[in-house]
Amino acid sequence: MKEKEIRDIELDLLIESIFRRHGHDFRHYARASFKRRVKSMAKKLGVDHISDIIPPILRDDAAINDFLREMSITVTEMFRDPDFFAAVREKVLPYLGSYPFLKIWHAGCATGEEAYAMAIVLKEGGLSRRSRIYGTDFNNDSLHKAGEGIYPLDKMKKYMVNYNRSNPKASFSDYYHAGYKSAKMSDDLRESITFANHNLVTDGVFGEMNLIVCRNVMIYFDKDLQNRVLRLFHDSLCHRGFLCLGPKESLRFSDVADDFEVVSKKEKIFRKRRLSSKSEYPPKEIL
Amino acid sequence: MIEAVAIGVSAGGMKALSALLPKLPEEPPYAVIIVQHIREGSDSYLANHLNQISAIRVKEADEKEPIRPGTVYVAPAGYHLLVEEDRTFSLSVDPLVNYARPSIDVLFESAADVFEERLVGIVLTGASSDGSKGLALIKAGGGITLVQDPTTAEYPVMPLTAIQASKADRILTLPEIETFLRELGGPKRISKPTSNQEEP
Repeated sequence: MKEKEIRDIELDLLIESIFRRHGHDFRHYARASFKRRVKSMAKKLGVDHISDIIPPILRDDAAINDFLREMSITVTEMFRDPDFFAAVREKVLPYLGSYPFLKIWHAGCATGEEAYAMAIVLKEGGLSRRSRIYGTDFNNDSLHKAGEGIYPLDKMKKYMVNYNRSNPKASFSDYYHAGYKSAKMSDDLRESITFANHNLVTDGVFGEMNLIVCRNVMIYFDKDLQNRVLRLFHDSLCHRGFLCLGPKESLRFSDVADDFEVVSKKEKIFRKRRLSSKSEYPPKEIL
Repeated sequence: MIEAVAIGVSAGGMKALSALLPKLPEEPPYAVIIVQHIREGSDSYLANHLNQISAIRVKEADEKEPIRPGTVYVAPAGYHLLVEEDRTFSLSVDPLVNYARPSIDVLFESAADVFEERLVGIVLTGASSDGSKGLALIKAGGGITLVQDPTTAEYPVMPLTAIQASKADRILTLPEIETFLRELGGPKRISKPTSNQEEP
């Protein structure tokens, strides 16, 4: 048997062990990046084979936490793709303004940078008093960092450049207190966001959202899991709610493609369609 | 039979690719997958430009897109590009590798895993060390490894590093690489005469 085939067995066993022991389900993750992360984890632990990670995963609580931290997507920034936030200001906020109260869900928010960016956009749109942002992730360490809202100062410089290109209405430095090496997001922004644990793979519908933002998370999933998550988003959105995906993600060829209309093709902003006469109402799940 | 040609290129890449791709046949029996280091946030200019000047179709690789022969795929700016076992692409925003995203090593490693000996890896001009580990993995997996002759590369560092790290099979000038790719799966492959000429 080839080394590659043996490694594939090891990876399957590891995924199975994590699922049966801890309930985290990586079976439908895109395999290539997952394998890369597992290999780098093995290297960090100083072990030769993927299967060497299995015993600590089964018996050592610290090991699974390390593993989850390694596997969760923590590369995120504020106002990444400034054109996207400009499009939210221009094409989404005017509709959101008509609701008495807004619920916004950042799914897979990692350490929270993008949720804070959205809080800033809402504030500048005059909507922060009647809105609540929910930032969810499956990694508690990330959520803890997100709640603190403290970020390295050198990164804030990059975020400021992004912010300035997003059609802003204020000055970025209004939104944080700079310390010696880090910046803390201002209290009103932190209070406008609730960070909570939610696992897109295993957990269910989340509230009646007006806007769901999930960018660069689903690229890590296989087609089946992408469809499951998109269905979950569809069912978690209110009537005519908005869905925002990452620049390289799409609804095309997905099971819910027909259930959304395109608001901005380039910025991947979609809106739930009106129920057509053809579609069942009430939906099956309710009956 | 070669399924894919993976090319890694950094500084000086626009010029090198603009010279190389127009010389490729319109529909070679393999796919070409390119990582060119490019500033994050850049649009699809590179792929569009290369498509306009080449006979072969050049496009930016899409998330979950099936990899088809006769097409050149370019990694999008700001994303790692990986090859999945079912011959589709996946993208990631994992941390930078060798200060780069897309990283050549990330593409080469996953491509070596999937295509094994049915893969050609090529490192062209660049001022980075990205690609050398990946090229060594392509070689270890039985693939063919080519490096642009550093004396003819606009930026020699990346080819030099790749040669040292991987003991590349062949060190070629750009026109020689072009000939190699044309002959690779061209209608009359003269490089390997066999006694039994029957069609499979």
